[in-house]
Amino acid sequence: MKRIGIDVGGTNTDAVLVDGERILAAIKVPTTQDVLSGVKAALSHVINAPAAAGIAVDAVMIGTTHFTNAVVERARLERVAAIRVALPTGRSLPPMCDWPRDLYNAVDPMIVMVHGGHEYDGSPLVPMNPDEIRDAAMRIRDAGITSIAISATFSPLTTECEVRAAEIVRSVIPDAKITLSHTLGRIGLLERENVAILNAALQSLGKTTVQAFADALSEIGVTAPFYLTQNDGTVALADVAAANPVHSFASGPTNSMRGAAFLTGLENAMVVDVGGTTSDIGCLIGGFPREANNIVHIGGVRTLFRMPDLLPIALGGGTIINPENGAIGPRSVGYRILTEAKVFGGSTLTTSDIAVAAGIVEMGDRDRVKGLDAGLVRATLARISEMVADNFDRMKTSAEDVPLIAVGGGAFLIPDKVPGASEVVRVENAGVANALGAAMAQVSGEVDQVFSGMSRDAALAAAETGARNAAVASGAAVDSLKTLEIEDIPIAYLPGGARRVRVRVIGDIAFG
Amino acid sequence: MAESRKRKYDEAALRTLTRDDLEALEIGAGILGTGGGGNPYQGKLLALEALKAGYEMKILATDAIEADALCMSIGGIGAPVVGVERIREGREGLRCLTAMEELIRTPVDAIVCEEIGGANSMSPLVTAALGGLPILDCDGMGRAFPEMQMTTFSIYGHSSTPSVMCDLHGNAVIFSHAVSEVWHERMARACVVAQGGGAMLATAPMQAHFVHQFAIPRSYTKAIALGEAVIRARRQQEDPIAAVCDLEGGRRIFNGKITDLKRHLRGGFAVGDLELAGFDGWTGETASVAIQNEFLIFRRNGVVEVTVPDLIVLLDVDTGYPITTEMLRYGQRVAVIAIPCHDLLRSAAALEVVGPSAFGYPDIAFSPLPKAA
Repeated sequence: MKRIGIDVGGTNTDAVLVDGERILAAIKVPTTQDVLSGVKAALSHVINAPAAAGIAVDAVMIGTTHFTNAVVERARLERVAAIRVALPTGRSLPPMCDWPRDLYNAVDPMIVMVHGGHEYDGSPLVPMNPDEIRDAAMRIRDAGITSIAISATFSPLTTECEVRAAEIVRSVIPDAKITLSHTLGRIGLLERENVAILNAALQSLGKTTVQAFADALSEIGVTAPFYLTQNDGTVALADVAAANPVHSFASGPTNSMRGAAFLTGLENAMVVDVGGTTSDIGCLIGGFPREANNIVHIGGVRTLFRMPDLLPIALGGGTIINPENGAIGPRSVGYRILTEAKVFGGSTLTTSDIAVAAGIVEMGDRDRVKGLDAGLVRATLARISEMVADNFDRMKTSAEDVPLIAVGGGAFLIPDKVPGASEVVRVENAGVANALGAAMAQVSGEVDQVFSGMSRDAALAAAETGARNAAVASGAAVDSLKTLEIEDIPIAYLPGGARRVRVRVIGDIAFG
Repeated sequence: MAESRKRKYDEAALRTLTRDDLEALEIGAGILGTGGGGNPYQGKLLALEALKAGYEMKILATDAIEADALCMSIGGIGAPVVGVERIREGREGLRCLTAMEELIRTPVDAIVCEEIGGANSMSPLVTAALGGLPILDCDGMGRAFPEMQMTTFSIYGHSSTPSVMCDLHGNAVIFSHAVSEVWHERMARACVVAQGGGAMLATAPMQAHFVHQFAIPRSYTKAIALGEAVIRARRQQEDPIAAVCDLEGGRRIFNGKITDLKRHLRGGFAVGDLELAGFDGWTGETASVAIQNEFLIFRRNGVVEVTVPDLIVLLDVDTGYPITTEMLRYGQRVAVIAIPCHDLLRSAAALEVVGPSAFGYPDIAFSPLPKAA
């Protein structure tokens, strides 16, 4: 199995070519303004590497910041209609009522609230009225809007209202691009609806982006199917991903951690990814990043995305050291390190200069830091060790020692001994862990629903079956499926043993 | 009924709440929620929408209204998980007010908050705003508790029936009489399930002198000040947890990381146990917190140190934002702070209803946290 993994970051675009578990070629190029020329440059480098001669690529996995950037910049978004099937609930909190004003204006929504939806036990809240939806669809059509987000109360539990509403809308607007909230989000109507609307606003961009990648690949001569990496460390076929751009919001850090797992073969470990400005400490469980259970704001919009639980610390290869008192950061020279750090001929003292002076790493001109006070160098390294140890301990969940994997361009800053770490693991190619993580990604399926009127075991089993089916629908090979997470929370104040169950399964991509 | 309404307070004594006040209240009410009470976010949105629509929210000190003024306490009832999906229609509280005034054939003069902790801090504001009434700066709990009989109003002799319960469909249910406060809770709880898991409930109005004597005072002012302290500390990059403690006479009693979390259901409540491993000044120590919707019992190294009704609050160690029991997760880094509850919750009568034994810990005696000098 030969795969190319590409990770487009804010500073660098990384690419790797792997054959099975062997890395044939790897490259880091600067990310370009238009993104695509950087991708093309990285691609053609790995494809034309000597080790790649005569190799047919089976798949290309791309992690991109295209969609996040569009939301953050309030640009390249399209006009959306938001239909919520929930009246009389939520009458006073219409869709998008808590969006930042500039983003709201950029999406310029038509908002419709109609009767319908369900209760927690699956019974109808009030009957849905098809005429109400047909009327709305005609107004949407007349306004020339083709991207529509549909949400309904308890749709993760009962999809009926959203599905039926979509049928009616499609009968009026045959070429409508419709996002149903239950396909993207979990319990929590406002947050799920927000995700559906963001997704609807990114439909055109999703299409053009995927098309642009396809063109770039064919220009380079790669005909293999390609995938986009997803927030949870898995991948989706490009066409599927184009319909769900919100799933590609946060692939960077996830890919890094997945790459660290792959590079070391460690499934349960801590990872520190040291960049130019900051380091992220995360935790691998079963080869995947532990996820944070918090509200995540995307461009100021509240969502319930599951993102990797990362602890950022202000420590990177470009972090500035105060030569007077040895204070570390928090400011960094960032990508200007190649001109501003002392070893590169600049005048700013950075962590990299300290590391070079101490003989930990070789880069630039060592003579330029010869005159540094040995005491300052020693004290700074000691403080960096303390910083790493303290934050490492904060992210650790068990009392036993666990391995710590150091990746990223500034991994040399991580000391060889960290209290609480059984070992500090360093690997070759640690600088392109993110592209590797993309290349090795699998496919997942998830269920997050309220179950009532059944035993706990029956609810867990039903959720697991649903998650397995979802994974297969996304392209996973059935015989490779394994359950990654099972979580259930009993719901207070309700009869019938109601509980919310979440199950996530993962599997290898089924080729052919 | 509006025409027969006579104002029983001086308008100059009113404090009109701003958007910023509501933002601060969201954080402060979360802190006073001691892990429960539901998320105030949605309630804040409802309040903000009411402001946008031109309504005003005005709070009034309990001694700034005539002693015989009629004050109606109101709050949401139901399962928080249902509430995130089944959003309020918006006028449930107003319908409660109207139905109550029709029932007792007397106009209500002011609204009272049942529970300042969590989501229930916001809904009385919306009811008061839509009804054109002031809301008294007080509440019946000074924190969050899981059941209705746990208000100081009930504890000190007020019978909460007749009460009115309104859902988002427009259904209104009247409980004309309950033989005890616990019976009222039991019947209301059964009714809210039939109403789909969420409703607003207004209890029999009280006279202002009773409220002044038995409500936990200055709840809104306190909650808003708490939220402001967190926001200010964050902006000035100071320690938000110290700011919270300074304001409410609280003490930081542990910094720890969640190492274990067990949840189960007992009698319809989310019950659980939380284990913490210390860091910073608590390295090498362990702690645990017993949960029933709220944080109830705090033990350090196996020894009970703080119990309900004193407030046990978990805050994100970095941001100072309150952590509710639903948000708990392995590996989270939290600061535990203990805040002494109001004296009204410390009497023998109160401890019978809201002390450790009321929550199934008959062997644990309440030992009050010392108050700050």
